[in-house]
Amino acid sequence: MRAIAFNRHGVWAIYRFELARFLRTLLQSVLTPVITTSLYFVVFGAAIGARMTEVDGVPYGAFIVPGLIMLSVFMESISNASFGIHFPKFTGTIFELLSAPVSAFEIVLAYVGAAATKSVGLALIILATASVFVPIHILHPFWMVAFLVLTAITFCLFGFIIGIWARNWEQMQIVPMLIVTPLTFLGGAFYSIDMLPPAWRTVTLFNPVVYLISGFRWTFFGSADVDVGTSLGMTLVFLLTCLALVAMIFRTGYRLKN
Amino acid sequence: MRAIISISGLTKTYASGQHALKNVNLEIREGEIFALLGPNGAGKTTLISIICGIVTASSGTVLVDGHDIVTDYRAARSRIGLVPQELVADAFETVRATAGFSRGLFGRAPNPGYVESVLRDLSLWDRRNDIIMTLSGGMKRRVMIAKALSHEPRILFLDEPTAGVDVELRRDMWALVRRLRDSGVTIILTTHYIDEAEEMADRIGVISQGELIVVEDKIRLMRKLGKKQLTLHLQDPMASIPAGLEAWKLALNAGGSELEYTFDTNEEQTGIPALLRRLSELGVAFKDLHTRQSSLEEIFVNLVSERKGFRQ
Repeated sequence: MRAIAFNRHGVWAIYRFELARFLRTLLQSVLTPVITTSLYFVVFGAAIGARMTEVDGVPYGAFIVPGLIMLSVFMESISNASFGIHFPKFTGTIFELLSAPVSAFEIVLAYVGAAATKSVGLALIILATASVFVPIHILHPFWMVAFLVLTAITFCLFGFIIGIWARNWEQMQIVPMLIVTPLTFLGGAFYSIDMLPPAWRTVTLFNPVVYLISGFRWTFFGSADVDVGTSLGMTLVFLLTCLALVAMIFRTGYRLKN
Repeated sequence: MRAIISISGLTKTYASGQHALKNVNLEIREGEIFALLGPNGAGKTTLISIICGIVTASSGTVLVDGHDIVTDYRAARSRIGLVPQELVADAFETVRATAGFSRGLFGRAPNPGYVESVLRDLSLWDRRNDIIMTLSGGMKRRVMIAKALSHEPRILFLDEPTAGVDVELRRDMWALVRRLRDSGVTIILTTHYIDEAEEMADRIGVISQGELIVVEDKIRLMRKLGKKQLTLHLQDPMASIPAGLEAWKLALNAGGSELEYTFDTNEEQTGIPALLRRLSELGVAFKDLHTRQSSLEEIFVNLVSERKGFRQ
């Protein structure tokens, strides 16, 4: 039997399995973001937008679109990737993964790849839903896709780490609920941080989510709260941090192997 | 016969401090059925889990078909199929999909024909489109075996394969294991059912408290450690064994109505003719007699309890 250098059949099997799980619940997977986005537009777009017509020269309804997409990408990426690896741990089917000839890189590639595919798909659905409510013009489409994919991969890696770290379903919810949601709402998803008093603006700059949303908003409108290079740099730093943590998990077998 | 698995100096100490394996050395021969016996917590599952890559050894080496399980894990693991003790399959998947998934996971290109033959062999073909959670426990056990066989392994680990299955399925499994062995697959099974090992295994290993205490050909083990007993049903019950029978290892049972003589099967002379002559001389009459050989279960219990006694 010939030894394999890259287990492409293994990666494809996991990737397809994860996507099949998503497709089994396609209706709620698609309906949920569509309904949520529509509600955000009703509340923020119609109610607040009626009083705040423009931010940085952009109509308020359009201004919140990148933030809305990022909010969903953060939450969906963490949720999909953490569930994907936590579920086999919970049911015991992880034994098959650990006993298979797949490397740590291949496992991460398959799980994170599948979760990121779902997140990017959902982001595009939200974008399509938003375009029903407000006219959307994307100034830098290449960078939009780049930011979207990088952010999806980064947060999927983050979710993968949470899925391995979590000992139960409650712990799985802690990080998204207590950290990511507040940071996103305070990260300029629905406002420009320039609108904050100077002291709070300085505090906000310690929130990593600010850089992700700002960079993504730049790809739409060409204007941003912080320099786009800094945003890209921060996204990459977060990505590399998550990669290093995943590498450490597999090297030590942390909460995967006894 | 060459060794397909070579284990040397294998130890495992869990973070809790529990010494699950202590310097285990073992060679599994290609094409044999090897039964690993031991009481609960003896280290059987830990040993299997290390070989399959699920648990990390504290020290020692394991070679699978000449490939180190750590440095050359891809080659080692692709040769192994594992059927774990628990029925853990993806509840929402179909039977055919989960077998195809396992094949891909182990690096094999899709082969619907092969997967079909495995499912047919396990009487699962008619249930191929059923969701796993709708299957009975016995069918789920078959699915676990189908998953383990889907990538055409050369070595199959069966961890308590017939735990909780009915007699018919148990017989089916035994037949399947023999067919697999005949096709060249090496089988390593752990079991609590000693009769299963007695029925199927070529060689037997007994593990107790993390140590491999015996590895022996089954027939030789039973001959070496097995005892035979001759029971004489006496015409008239006796209060004690009469004088003049000290040369034989006798016991009086059943309220003095049975005289039991235990002898070693390895000895050239069983001593039975001489004993019968002596009894006749002493006027001890018996109405019936029978002999029995100790089962593997008795040998196993003796081995493990001796070990425990030795430890205490």
